[in-house]
Amino acid sequence: MPLNKEIKKVMVIGSGPIVIGQAAEFDYAGTQACRSLKEEGLEVVLVNSNPATIMTDKDIADEVYIEPLTVKALEQIILKEKPDSLLPTLGGQAGLNLAMEIEESGFLKEHHVRLIGTTSLTIKKAEDRLEFKTTMEKIGEPVAASLVVENVQDGINFAAQIGYPVVLRPAYTLGGSGGGIAHNVQELEDILANGLRLSRVGQVLVERCIAGWKEIEYEVMRDGAGNCITVCNMENIDPVGVHTGDSIVVAPSQTLSDKEYQMLRTSALNIITELGITGGCNVQYALHPESFEYCVIEVNPRVSRSSALASKATGYPIAKVAAKIAIGYTLDEIKNAVTQKTYASFEPTLDYCVVKLPRLPFDKFITAKRTLTTQMKATGEVMSICTNFEGGLMKAIRSLEQHVDSLMSYDFSGLSVEELEEQLAKVDDRRIWVIAEALRRNMEPERINEITKIDLWFIDKIQIIVNMEEALRSKPLTKELLEEAKKIEFPDNVIARLTGRTENEIKELRHGYNIRAAYKMVDTCAAEFEAATPYYYSCYGSENEAVDTRPAKKVLVLGSGPIRIGQGIEFDYCSVHCTWAFKKEGYETIIINNNPETVSTDFDIADKLYFEPLTPEDVESIVDIEKPDGAVVQFGGQTAIKLTESLMKMGVPILGTSAKDVDAAEDRELFDKILEECKIPRPQGHTVFTREEAIKAANELGYPVLVRPSYVLGGQGMQIAISDEDVSQFMDIINRIQQDHPILVDKYLIGKEIEVDAVCDGQDILIPGIMEHIERAGIHSGDSISVYPAQSISESAKDTIVEYTKRLARALHVKGLINIQFIVCGDEVFVIEVNPRSSRTVPYISKVTGIPIVKLATSVIIGNTIKGLGYEPGLQKASPYIAIKMPVFSFEKIRGADISLGPEMKSTGECLGISSNFNEALYKAFQGAGINPTKHKQIIMTIRKEDREEAIDIGRRFEALGYKIFATRGTARDLNNAGVHAVKVNKLEQEAPTLLDLLLEHKIDLVIDTPSSGVEHAKDGFLIRRTAIETGVTCLTSIDTAKALISSLEVAHAKEFQLVNIAEI
Amino acid sequence: MKAFLILEDGTVFAGTSIGAAREVISEIVFNTSMTGYLEVLTDPSYAGQAVTMTYPLIGNYGICRSDMESLKAWHDGFIVRELSRIPSNFRSEYSIQQFLIENDIPGISGIDTRALTKILREKGTMNGMITTNEHYDLSVIIPQIKAFKAAKVVEKVTCKEKYTLKGSGLKVALMDFGAKKNIARSLNERGCEVTVYPALTTAEEILAAKPDGIMLSNGPGDPKDCVSIIEEIKKLYQSNVPIFAICLGHQLMALATGADTHKLKYGHRGVNHPVKDLKTGRVYISSQNHGYVVDETTLNPAVAKSAFINVNDKTNEGLEYVGKNIFTVQFHPEACGGPQDTAYLFDRFIDMMGGTK
Repeated sequence: MPLNKEIKKVMVIGSGPIVIGQAAEFDYAGTQACRSLKEEGLEVVLVNSNPATIMTDKDIADEVYIEPLTVKALEQIILKEKPDSLLPTLGGQAGLNLAMEIEESGFLKEHHVRLIGTTSLTIKKAEDRLEFKTTMEKIGEPVAASLVVENVQDGINFAAQIGYPVVLRPAYTLGGSGGGIAHNVQELEDILANGLRLSRVGQVLVERCIAGWKEIEYEVMRDGAGNCITVCNMENIDPVGVHTGDSIVVAPSQTLSDKEYQMLRTSALNIITELGITGGCNVQYALHPESFEYCVIEVNPRVSRSSALASKATGYPIAKVAAKIAIGYTLDEIKNAVTQKTYASFEPTLDYCVVKLPRLPFDKFITAKRTLTTQMKATGEVMSICTNFEGGLMKAIRSLEQHVDSLMSYDFSGLSVEELEEQLAKVDDRRIWVIAEALRRNMEPERINEITKIDLWFIDKIQIIVNMEEALRSKPLTKELLEEAKKIEFPDNVIARLTGRTENEIKELRHGYNIRAAYKMVDTCAAEFEAATPYYYSCYGSENEAVDTRPAKKVLVLGSGPIRIGQGIEFDYCSVHCTWAFKKEGYETIIINNNPETVSTDFDIADKLYFEPLTPEDVESIVDIEKPDGAVVQFGGQTAIKLTESLMKMGVPILGTSAKDVDAAEDRELFDKILEECKIPRPQGHTVFTREEAIKAANELGYPVLVRPSYVLGGQGMQIAISDEDVSQFMDIINRIQQDHPILVDKYLIGKEIEVDAVCDGQDILIPGIMEHIERAGIHSGDSISVYPAQSISESAKDTIVEYTKRLARALHVKGLINIQFIVCGDEVFVIEVNPRSSRTVPYISKVTGIPIVKLATSVIIGNTIKGLGYEPGLQKASPYIAIKMPVFSFEKIRGADISLGPEMKSTGECLGISSNFNEALYKAFQGAGINPTKHKQIIMTIRKEDREEAIDIGRRFEALGYKIFATRGTARDLNNAGVHAVKVNKLEQEAPTLLDLLLEHKIDLVIDTPSSGVEHAKDGFLIRRTAIETGVTCLTSIDTAKALISSLEVAHAKEFQLVNIAEI
Repeated sequence: MKAFLILEDGTVFAGTSIGAAREVISEIVFNTSMTGYLEVLTDPSYAGQAVTMTYPLIGNYGICRSDMESLKAWHDGFIVRELSRIPSNFRSEYSIQQFLIENDIPGISGIDTRALTKILREKGTMNGMITTNEHYDLSVIIPQIKAFKAAKVVEKVTCKEKYTLKGSGLKVALMDFGAKKNIARSLNERGCEVTVYPALTTAEEILAAKPDGIMLSNGPGDPKDCVSIIEEIKKLYQSNVPIFAICLGHQLMALATGADTHKLKYGHRGVNHPVKDLKTGRVYISSQNHGYVVDETTLNPAVAKSAFINVNDKTNEGLEYVGKNIFTVQFHPEACGGPQDTAYLFDRFIDMMGGTK
């Protein structure tokens, strides 16, 4: 069937802010789909609250709304834009839920908007637990036996029937809290009773335990004519019990025979057919490791994280094809964009092995439990491709950007064999390292398999890696041994460490033997057809097939690696725009990146894509072949910046700001000198290495002080200390990882925090706008609410900011982007941080000002001038709109993480509120972040002494809106004394009912808990905040955020929002 | 032990010897399926060929004898990038290394199979030699390699005597040109009593048994080499017994009725080929293994009509015979290895024979 001619204007819903479980993959899918729709001549209306996405660019869609993903906003946009169709399957669960809501209300029908891609009936069949079960039973597809119970006895009876162990999942508790696995009646009673209490609806699902089975996924496509294919299957190395997003995943499956493979494939096709899905779908299976028995775990009737992975693993663009199917095409009509010869109805076949590793945030949440469960915790992932599994694993490990380069990077050698067995039984993110250690101690693979249930095949592969470590340690480094080590992707630095040589010696030896990385193509068809798209991965011992191109100008763009806290999707936005800008200028572009979720790793963004780790060695191997004329590092965040020095050593010119100047901004002493020369004040500070030096420095400066390592990302390891104990504790934490650079101890200033991004051409600067943070200094800029244009600083302070920016950009010889953070106390302006690179705020400021910052910066890097590009240098005229960027957190997903904000970044994503009215912009931003505390109109306040005065005003305003306030003793007393009615509640250590009981009743909308600073954060506060988060209650820890929230709620009654079409800015 | 793969164009790949250490000359083809190596190894259609697996990791799940598609492996040689050190699957009985030795199949591992595949794709299927002799002389062996031609392969792979799989339903005569086990099994599972006949059985003998239907199986080699078989098939065509044919059987029926076949540049060998049912417009993913194809331009529209085509290269994938109860397909509805999407064709055959008895 060709294009459905009735479809002319399609609305696409994005997935909103990046949170754990919903990351950049939906920007990738949405962007690809929008481009695919536009190439059919359709008009696309895009809605997404996330301003850091590429899909919200005006080049991607025709009309762009960065508005909260709420029913209210969506209905208003539909009324304004009058789309004829709505494509709901590209925005993850968030987008799908929203579409369902307005479909079920009858709004879509009333306004003649049809759902395309998939019907609401299909979605219900796949998503509703009961309907899904019924549907599966109807077609004879097994699901794990389960029952929803409302009392303990029913649970006991059912468990007796299906047999122990059983899994308990309380309904409607976030983060899977209250659930667990019960092995006997005793455990069942305990967990079930607690789960029933925690569940908002008093229901717990009791399910047959299939933990330990193999977890297998299939990505399936189906078109409107009923044609189905599977794009890819994947095997989780971690058996059922670990969320697939947190599992190590390999594609294709490795340990399934054709009988098992086809059995599940046929099942997946039966399911997609019965559900009537038109588009992409993901089916997850549990397969018994010792029989053909299997269960369907879950079906996602939409594009998903797994489909992004499958797309990158195979070269088959699932989102693009899904979009084409939605508008009427059948699979045999859609050309395979990679081969240009085959069609979308051709199942991809791989001639390599893909390994995905999750990127977990335990480096940020050091108090959190590292245990992996069915609740996803990873913020992102890396993928690698190799001709063997060992190589794939080794490459993925070094792509993680978490100080690991091999299976020796976490040291478990101190554990006894018994302790190792115990550690193996713990399912956490370091399990493969524990397995490696167990193998080093000659533990039997069968024993490891018995404990972990990880298939022996994978354990044997780890054994091969461990054997290679030993061989390198003990045998002479012959050509053959070196070849073998490189074939399984041992990096030179690891070989050097094991053989007692230097990395450079290994490299030279390798080159002497002509052992070099070769590049192979990802072509969807295992070389059966010639492919047109240069999408490469490396391997050793093979013929190189990377096409040798010698264009006039060739540029290397370094990507930003996995999404992690502090380095999110915004850097992918910058990398992609930089690539496009270079392309426009006539350059051949090459991207190196390893994140399968991103737009930058889509096969048609750059002229060539290398799916590779971003380490100096991996980059150099590519440079050796491509010989680029230059490299750009300023758009790929810290990952790319870190490669600057190595690139220079390889002889690749750094385009834009030079490495020396990047260094000057990071090196405290050099930087101090520059500030001095420029006559720019900064808070006093010292550089130190040891704990003793740090304490001495802190006392000299006077508390509070800020302690942090230099060369970091997202304020990693940054803390405010108010005592010697604090300093000493922080230093210990920072020094857990060996520091190559000194640690900074600075005087902590309380004032307004201001941020500026600027483009500099070496002479002139262009400042698109000045941003102001709502939270006072001390909270990481990424976790602060950011307001553009700055609202509360004086004109003279603004002038100073512009002047300082100019001086700094010139002094650092910036060519391209610079990001500066200031503290403003009255009219005094201090510089606190300078980053001569793109920043988190670039995408959002580009969108609200309409100034294409990355494109401009790229032009400047190539040699154009700001004036030459038609821009007037200096601070640009402020936009008539106020745009507020709101951080979004994923605290409910990480058990044990402290949610109080400080100098270390904790947010995973962001959303935007835009309006010409400040409070409305704030309101939209809070809505977009899912903060809507209006259900019960009851709040809890527990406020530290310093904030009480402001708290009284806030309390008064909540009271005026009809809220009932509960408060702990001191706060209640102060509120009541000031005439604000507050009910005193007991703290945890006091007698019941306490604050905790109040929270568990599920009648509280909001907790405002401002913790006292310093290490001595009472356990009480921590528990209150965690409980709030785990019961789904918004919890604010900064008085400034609370103030902003009440201001926003005061305008919440407005019937309509002002809608701002970003494409028209 | 070192081993070498030498192609007739002079390309040499150096790797490690696997399986039997003997030297062999054969036609080199590639198969793109990611699972099902045992089914591939035991598919008689590969007789006279050495097969390269494009998927680099082979042997992961060991050998499960019940998955064998015939009694032994038929390949002249087996070419892989890497053989798994250990087999891991609950059904695995032993390793692929042992299997290759047991079946006396020579092979080579550790070579760049993708580079080899690209050569075959660019230059077309060609002959090659697998040897462990390091002192080979290209000027001597290349003419030998070029001279190789597989002969009488069907006679080699077919059963020696007829045998019957008991069933209570329709009686099917299966002509074994190198039949995969799952053809008989698929019919047997549908209640049919299947009598398997050696390839050179006469039409008279088959028709004398009064079967409800005749199944022409897959098999190896150039269909035009099967001169006498084609003559017998002409007689079967004249009878009014319903006929269903797969792969070689499909090509032989075409030749028997006046159409022509030709060799594809590098064949279709994999489990991901989309075929389109021209009647319904539906597309199915099929398992394929053929180097020759029926030339659609030579079809006599009064005799046969195209029923399936390959979505990728638009070559013929199936025929329906006009005024006859005969349909034939180029792909493998019996799968093994590969997708089961077209297994419904066996039901169609049952219907053609008058439905289940």
